[in-house]
Amino acid sequence: MKINKKISLSLYYQLLRIRMVEERIAGLYPEQEMRCPVHLCIGQEGVAAGVCANLDKRDYVLSNHRSHGHFLAKGGDLKAMMAEIYGKASGCSRSKGGSMHLIDLSAGFLGSTPIVAGVIPVAVGVALGTSMKKEKKVTVCFFGDAATEEGVFSESLNFASLKKLPVIFICENNLYSVYSPLSVRQPKDRDNLAIAMGYGVRAEKGDGNDVASVYQITKKAVREARRGKGPSFLQFDTYRYREHCGHNFDHELNYRTTNEYDHWFKRCPLDNFERKLIRQGILDKDYIGRVREKIGNEIDGAIKFAKGSLLPEKEEVFSDIYAP
Amino acid sequence: MRKLTYAQAILEATDQCLANDDSVYIIGLGVTDPKGVFGTTLGLEKKYGKRAMDMPVAENGMTGIAIGSSLVGMRPILTHQRVDFMILSLDQIINNAAKWHYMFGGKLKVPLVIRLLIGRGWGQGPQHSQNLNSIFAFVPGLKVVMPATAYDAKGLLISAIEDDNPVIFIEHRWLYGISDNVPEKMYREPLGKARIIEKGKDVTIISSSYMVLEAMRAGKILKKYGIGAEVLDLRSIRPLDEESIIRSVKKTGRLVVVDGAWRSFGISAEVIALVAEKGCGMLKSAPRRITFPDTPTPTSPALAKYYYPRAIDIVNSVRSMFGFPEKTEEGAGMVSNIPLDVPDKTFTGPF
Ligand SMILES: Cc1ncc(C[n+]2csc(CCOP(=O)(O)OP(=O)(O)O)c2C)c(N)n1
Repeated sequence: MKINKKISLSLYYQLLRIRMVEERIAGLYPEQEMRCPVHLCIGQEGVAAGVCANLDKRDYVLSNHRSHGHFLAKGGDLKAMMAEIYGKASGCSRSKGGSMHLIDLSAGFLGSTPIVAGVIPVAVGVALGTSMKKEKKVTVCFFGDAATEEGVFSESLNFASLKKLPVIFICENNLYSVYSPLSVRQPKDRDNLAIAMGYGVRAEKGDGNDVASVYQITKKAVREARRGKGPSFLQFDTYRYREHCGHNFDHELNYRTTNEYDHWFKRCPLDNFERKLIRQGILDKDYIGRVREKIGNEIDGAIKFAKGSLLPEKEEVFSDIYAP
Repeated sequence: MRKLTYAQAILEATDQCLANDDSVYIIGLGVTDPKGVFGTTLGLEKKYGKRAMDMPVAENGMTGIAIGSSLVGMRPILTHQRVDFMILSLDQIINNAAKWHYMFGGKLKVPLVIRLLIGRGWGQGPQHSQNLNSIFAFVPGLKVVMPATAYDAKGLLISAIEDDNPVIFIEHRWLYGISDNVPEKMYREPLGKARIIEKGKDVTIISSSYMVLEAMRAGKILKKYGIGAEVLDLRSIRPLDEESIIRSVKKTGRLVVVDGAWRSFGISAEVIALVAEKGCGMLKSAPRRITFPDTPTPTSPALAKYYYPRAIDIVNSVRSMFGFPEKTEEGAGMVSNIPLDVPDKTFTGPF
């Protein structure tokens, strides 16, 4: 199935925007004004862009520590995100959370948290809530390969399947958990799809660096969820370019080989999609230049907003502990 | 004597215990990775092969597995890079590790050490910088150790590994780089014994882990004002060294408890309750607690600077007991140009 021009362009736009935002964060991080951990998703943008392109504003997304891309693809406010990373009162979590705790209710982004797998059952609960309220919403939960090792992953699949909940589990398999490769964490022939199917959850696998294929695979899952057919588990293989946490490359640690890195670098989700659209005559240099400029200006504005925003006042330490 | 950092001392203790006893093994996320849990496990896999293992990201299951192996004679050391991650394993720790010996009438034992990190700074925020020491100390059957120095880190870790009970071994991230005299040989420091770091006759300052450093700084400043502070490092919070606490408070008649954790229902509450029960009448003024406020940790450094108590807060708390007015940091001669969210100037984030 070929995707149409309009969708191709919007996927491209999302990919490029996430990449440019992340690259800008990486560039500014050494200034040490963003004083919180950042987990960049450079290299993995295809998953966020491809999945979220299938969602409406009314649908929900929850995510993990590496959530900038998910937040942006779901329509989260870039200014509020940057201000949050800068620890400002105008941040999306009012500076209480930082990069690891993004939220934008108006975009249906219900929160991201860094405890591995912690958010998976929460997403199932969101889907339970929407279905009990008879809302036609789909809930998507993003997590990494490591999260599938936690007990709550299995418990959540089981319940979601039992109740046929409209939830889509998106596993972004980037092969590593910090510096630990799959080989020290999972048996060689482990098959997450079979595990999901064992719980009666429909499951599919795809190339996370091919945004069009991510889009199409997710499209089916969203359709099934909307039809009341229950949950799906989708695994997309992809790769993180930068270090686990922070803005640097980490080649000197030698936990991944240059061969492996080069292999994935050649399969860059952004560059390859761009080339493909140019070949198809959908994109040209001129257009790319204009889009880059537009996004660049938007990012400038967000950084300016974040840097210019006020720091929170002392009393804020004590606010929000209990709901009023 | 040779100096080692706190991190090196932990590595050396682990290395010597692995060499000394084949039933000891260490397992945890990142144990074999290039950073080796802040340098505390570097090189162990090379030396001991399978007795130094990485693991799946499955804290609760892995804790149960470690417990099971200890029932049949192994002595596991399980590590966690932050306490926030091991909360997932509270079921196994509280229901199984802490109870097995008791609920089967002493027929089996669980010689398990769980090493975990606490810390602060650089925007770690609500889910990455908690200190849940009193949760563990609340549970009978667990021992809880919180070393403040490299010397104690080595001696207490060896004792913890050799102990036949589950021991929660709490390390503070800001202590890893701090050096101290550490003997090369295998030595043991007793679990459940406090240490007097500084003798004094006017006030007892009780603390543990990283806050011991702040208490020592405060002690030095107080000396300038003619107040002799006795600084007591608890080292273990369970068992709690009641005798040393009472003895010191009896001598000084004044008590400040400093805990790098929340205030209500915490260690500070426990220590003050103990003094109230056992030493009624020996206090010359109301005891004080210096702790984190009862709120989750905010991420913004602008808020974190109001969150973490420091030496000046201890100094002022003690001064107020003697009716002296508050001092600013500058006024007390404590100016420091290191930002409050990093351990030292060389640190450039992220953890
Ligand atoms: C319960 C828990 N255990 C350990 C950690 C430490 N940790 C932070 S990120 C991470 C790796 C996560 O890997 P994965 O889920 O595959 O996502 P990725 O970082 O690769 O995107 C780990 C182990 C944590 N945050 N939470």
